[in-house]
Amino acid sequence: MSDLTNLTIAEARDGLDAGDFSAVELTEKHIAAMEAARGLNAFITETPELALERAGQSDERRAAGKTAGSMDGIPVAVKDLFCTEGVLTTAASHILDGFTPPYESTVTQNLRDSGAVMLGKTNLDEFAMGSANITSHYGNVINPWKGDAGKDLVPGGSSGGSAAAVAARMALGAIGTDTGGSIRQPASFCGVVGMKPTYGRCSRWGTVAFASSLDQAGPMTRTVRDAAIMLGSMAGHDAKDSTSAPEGVPDFEAALSGDIRGLKVGIPNEYRIEGLSPEIDALWTQGVEWLKSAGAEIVDVSLPNTEHALPVYYIIAPAEASANLARYDGLRYGLRVPGDSLDEMYANTRSEGFGDEVVRRILIGTYVLSAGFYDAYYMKAQRVRRLISENFKKAFDDVDVLLTPTAPSAAFAIGEKMDDPIAMYMNDVFTVPASLAGLPGISVPSGLSSDGLPLGLQLIGKAFDEETVLRAAGVLETAADFKAMLNGEGS
Amino acid sequence: MLPSAPLYRLGIIMSLDKETVKNIANLARIKVADEALEPLAGELSGILDWVEQLNAIDTDGVEPLASVVDVTLPRRTDVVDDGGCRDKVLANAPESEDGYFTVPKVVE
Repeated sequence: MSDLTNLTIAEARDGLDAGDFSAVELTEKHIAAMEAARGLNAFITETPELALERAGQSDERRAAGKTAGSMDGIPVAVKDLFCTEGVLTTAASHILDGFTPPYESTVTQNLRDSGAVMLGKTNLDEFAMGSANITSHYGNVINPWKGDAGKDLVPGGSSGGSAAAVAARMALGAIGTDTGGSIRQPASFCGVVGMKPTYGRCSRWGTVAFASSLDQAGPMTRTVRDAAIMLGSMAGHDAKDSTSAPEGVPDFEAALSGDIRGLKVGIPNEYRIEGLSPEIDALWTQGVEWLKSAGAEIVDVSLPNTEHALPVYYIIAPAEASANLARYDGLRYGLRVPGDSLDEMYANTRSEGFGDEVVRRILIGTYVLSAGFYDAYYMKAQRVRRLISENFKKAFDDVDVLLTPTAPSAAFAIGEKMDDPIAMYMNDVFTVPASLAGLPGISVPSGLSSDGLPLGLQLIGKAFDEETVLRAAGVLETAADFKAMLNGEGS
Repeated sequence: MLPSAPLYRLGIIMSLDKETVKNIANLARIKVADEALEPLAGELSGILDWVEQLNAIDTDGVEPLASVVDVTLPRRTDVVDDGGCRDKVLANAPESEDGYFTVPKVVE
């Protein structure tokens, strides 16, 4: 039954319910797949014993005629940014050496409560800072898709390990986090579905913090339906996170009616950036046609401050990061490098513990928050952030959802774009604006580049209207019929 | 390849020099080797020059947006609902002694 790893979450759930296979069998196949694909470096920590134990408990529940929830017995991977009780949690940073949380993050607890089986902790950019998964202390993740002549490509980032694990059939789904595009961009690069829900939809409690006003957890899966199922089990109000929204969790799967007749789809003019690759532009146009054929009404909209989103993000995110990462002091957890004084111990620990990109962002953040520059940078960025948010609100007076590309390119080779931080930051040009506005966005694999690499299209919705986003995404997915799995080999 | 973002050098904000980087690094409690200061100053200046384009936007009368969450922060009853888990708190400490975190000597 080697094709158990090719199932979708929905199919696996139905198979488990029908007794076609057990959760232990399903988990064993995925553990074998995880071990066979170690060359991709998608996992930092594998937890096979724990997975089999939880799978066994799932089988016992089903044998007793009950299930814990919608994910009962489903093997998933967890980005190593979520605290998991008794399991090493690193954020891909040297500074968290040996950190084993005595508690479980709310999102992973929710998944556990719904019966999901954790296979392990996936690799990421250090502290989720990156767009290519090349800043991890635990090494680069390799995209299961290959470039010309078998060249190794980046999986995107920061949730690169999660995207690679789902694309390479190591897990049926994975959790990612998205601060400026860290779920959607790697989903696009690896040919999977990735959804960032509305800010506040999933609790941030127990998630290693990067930029608190932006960080959001979300599902990475092989189908839109699977994203809906998984999001349903992750989401929900949590008193332990004051920014967690006191909203009920709708039945996201039920929103997938396949009917978008009369839906108003906005095409933001400003996303047609100068120098946009013709094949991305063509795919976008194709996406418009698909939705139009399904009965949607296409509306041109304007988001005039789009071009300012990246610079706003690269002030706000480092500012929040510099405050959040102040906690790594060599005292309470993780790495400690001795020094003659307390200050020297802090400085030694932090310089040895943090990688180059993290140091760069902490320094930028410290600078923009420092006396004399706070107004010029940080307050200015927050004011422009409001303009960006208002642009979206105005656009959503006229439309229900927006359609854009997910990323400006397909996956690139390891080593490219590494000399210039700003060229790397450009990866998030289409994903950052919705992050700043806190809006839900999803990347749906929609086509292949001329090199045969996956490309995603992004749908952005109104706050707390994931249902419309998922409904439109389902229609896009059906029209795109993205079946090519790994370099067109199919499943 | 995408075009690089436009730069608006209005002269309001200066690019960083070596000394400033050293000062920020000290504020952030990160030790930066002397030979690394110059290249780092170049990289950080590049990023700051790039974000300077925001100066060209008119934001008069625009309130800063710190959070996209519209709700008033919830309150809870002021009671102790956590704690009593000293061993768990200390479990990950690189060094601890007699139930305390330890630090290098700070009092002469």
